[in-house]
This record gives sequence, structure tokens and C-alpha cells, in this order.
Amino acid sequence: MKYLMLLYADSPMPEPGTPEARKLFDEWAEARQAMTDAGVLIECAPLQPAAASTTVRIRGGETLLTDGPAAEIKEVFGGLTLIECDGLDEALKWAGRLPTASAGKVEVRPFYQVPS
Amino acid sequence: MQDACALALTKWPAEGVPSSPRGWLVGVARHKALDLLRREARRAPLEAAAARDCPGPQDDASGEEELGDDELALIFMCCHPALDPEARIALTLCCVCGLATAEIAAAFVVPEPTMAQRLVRAKRKIRQAGIRLKSPGREDLPRRLAAVLRVVYLVFTQGHMAPAGPDLVRGTLCEQAIRLARALATLMPDEPEATGLLALLLLTDARREARTSDAGELVLLGDQDRDRWHAAKITEGTALLARALKAGRPGPYQLHAAIAACHAEPVTDWREVAALYGELARYEPTAVTEANRAVAVAMAEDPAAGLAILDSLGSRLIRWPQFHIARAELLRRTGQTGEAIAAFRRALDLPLPHPEQAFLEQRISELRNTRDG
Repeated sequence: MKYLMLLYADSPMPEPGTPEARKLFDEWAEARQAMTDAGVLIECAPLQPAAASTTVRIRGGETLLTDGPAAEIKEVFGGLTLIECDGLDEALKWAGRLPTASAGKVEVRPFYQVPS
Repeated sequence: MQDACALALTKWPAEGVPSSPRGWLVGVARHKALDLLRREARRAPLEAAAARDCPGPQDDASGEEELGDDELALIFMCCHPALDPEARIALTLCCVCGLATAEIAAAFVVPEPTMAQRLVRAKRKIRQAGIRLKSPGREDLPRRLAAVLRVVYLVFTQGHMAPAGPDLVRGTLCEQAIRLARALATLMPDEPEATGLLALLLLTDARREARTSDAGELVLLGDQDRDRWHAAKITEGTALLARALKAGRPGPYQLHAAIAACHAEPVTDWREVAALYGELARYEPTAVTEANRAVAVAMAEDPAAGLAILDSLGSRLIRWPQFHIARAELLRRTGQTGEAIAAFRRALDLPLPHPEQAFLEQRISELRNTRDG
């Protein structure tokens, strides 16, 4: 089963080059390696801040663009991880190993299974 | 799915239940439920087979072998921490105990369609989220076991002290919980908390008959006819508790059981009870634990000491009728009649079973007579 992990950090990404940034990078490298070794990792990536988002809607044939994210939330939606594994328990274990779980929250969202 | 499960499972409660927990769990009804849940759980994924080749972070095949009983897996699935806590209890009653939706709805004091919805939602979550029918591995067992024991404990408390309605005690729920606890203790003999929970339920349930009079009125512990206590349950509960404690790994259920064992003695040692609640606070540091300790301190020392602890809890328990009842009793014993009546009134403003309401009304009229007479 595929699970999308939505990463909500407590604080924005640290400035590149700072000790905090290096520490975070190392923690992610370790988590990513573990997921790769187990063969569950499909994609894992940080995102630009929500301020860089553009939201698109088509209404009555008109394209409406809005600067910013679709929904304003308090948390920083800062990245995603996509894995494929056998069931929720395994997915939850991996979610717990992501650095964001200890400095924010990880929402584990199962993929909708398109009926074959 | 909902109706199929309910239909498949309504059979045995009426027919009575086999005496051995294994026999009980391995009944026909369970197999049907198991098949249904298994089908639900397997419907989605493209496959497990592929994923199984790459071991997960803490895959421990040997641990799973040891605990891999289907019935255990079913209980763990229904009590999965990813499910809503109330839904876990309902799902366990439906799929493991075989209660009909109407019975579960009555237990929660909600309309049947509401309960049906809750069960449908829980089963949908199991299917959509990919919750698998399997027992947790050794590493996860303590955390997962805690969730399972909690569900069994809550099933019991729902029966032992009905939240509202005509009856004080609903025996069916108590018996279901004891059967579940017995099954868990049998399947996991090395888990002292599982044994401790069974001991707790037996020791508490032993007093069930004595807690209400023939007319259905509430009888307080001190006034109970001890001949109506169930001696065999007390003997078994005490022996189980001793066995659990011998493992040297205490936990909340063993402590609750030790407290229940104190209450099953001819004379309650309140000093011991107060000390045990103090110990319990290390595992369950809640206002409820503190309130219970306050009552024990009041009994062991004097009402004023207990009252001081209760009042230090501030407004944290104002929605819990037992808090007001305890305060009222202690105020009464310290001669603060007016305040005692007010506290009983506050308890009556909250939902309570009818026998307990009648008991409180009687207490209030007694206090009025003392004050006015």
C-alpha cells in the first residue's frame, strides 16, 4: 500500500549552513537511507515555503489564480514523503522515524486504491 | 458488512458461552467475524507479497510466531490505536464479543443508527488505512497491549457503573469484559498487566450482587452484605494478583487490582489503599487518581485531610459526578451541612444512573432534617 506522509514542522526550515540545518540534514539523510534500504521509499522531498505557492481554480471557464496556499494553517507544511509498504503499522513506524515527527507532526494518509 | 457482522455474531450470547476462554474465542461466530475483517483488510493492497520481501523497520518474525494467534490478532485489530477510542470499544464488542449493534448502542446510551454509523466508520478506516489483521511484534507489544487492556477495562466500567439510565450495573458488559480479560491473560501468560486486569475485574465484579438491594437501590461498600460477595471470584482474583505481582513488573492494572483486593477484605485497610493510589499516580497522574486518594486519606486519617486534597483539584473534575459526591460526603462528615447539600445537588445536575440519583436525593433529605431539626 502507498502512504503519503505530510510533514508539518513546528518551525520554518533553518538557514542553510547553520549547525541546525546540518543536524536536520543528517537526520533526514539517515531516515532516507533506512527507508531506501528497506525498499519502501518512493519519494522524499522538502517543499518551498507556502508563500511560494500559487493556487489555481477554473470557474466558468475562467482561470483564477491566487497567491499563496489553498488553506491557511498554523503549522508549516514543509515537505512530503511517499512510501509503499505492507499496511498501516509499518507506515506508522516509518512516520515515527522521520525527523519531523519529533519537531512537528506527520500525517499518514493512505492512497486511494483505484478499483481494478 | 455492518449487518453481516452483526447477524453472524448475534447467535452465541443467547445460547450461552463455553467455559474455556479458548473455546469461547475459537467459536464459529469468531471465525465469521475474522473472515469478514480479513477480507476487509486484504481487499485493498496490490500486495503484501511484494512488500513482505523487504522487511520493515522492526519486523520480528519470531516474536510474531509466538503471539500469532488469530483471536489475539482480532482483538489487537479492533483495539488499534489508530482508531477512535470510543470506536475501539464498540468494534471489540461487535466483532470479538458478538454483541448486536442495538446492545452496544444501549451500552453507550446513544441511538442505534449513531452506533451503526460509528461501527461503519471504524471498519472503513481499517480497510482504507490498511490496518492489518496481525498481532504486534515483541517490540510493539507493550504499547499496543496497553491500548487493548484499556478497551477491556472500559467495557467493564461501562457495565459496572452505567453512565446513566435505569440500571446501576449492566452484567452483560461486565461478563464480556471478564471473558476478554481471561482470554488475554490465557494467551499472554507472561504479561503481568494482562493477568492484573483479569484479577481487577474479578475482584471488582465479586461485589456486583451486593451493590444493589433487591429493590435496585445503591448499597455503599460499608453497608454491603458480605455474604452476597462472590467468594470464588475473590479467591481467583487474589491468586491471579499474587501471580502477576511475582513477575516484579508492576503496572496500573496490578495496582488497581491490589486496591480492589483491599476492598474485598473484611475490613478495608484505608492507609494501604491511600498508599496504593499514591503509587498509581506514577502511572496515571490524573485528577481522578488524586480524588480517589483523597477519599482513602479521608477514611484513613480524617475527612478534613481528604477534603483539602479534593479542594486542591480545583475545577478539573466538575463534570464528574463522583467528585461532587465524594466532596459532599466529606463535607457532611466535617459538619458543613449546607455545603454538603450544595455538592450533592451539583452531582444530581450531571447524568447518573437512576438508583444513584435516588440515593443522593435521600442523602439530601437526611441532611435537611439534620440542619432543620
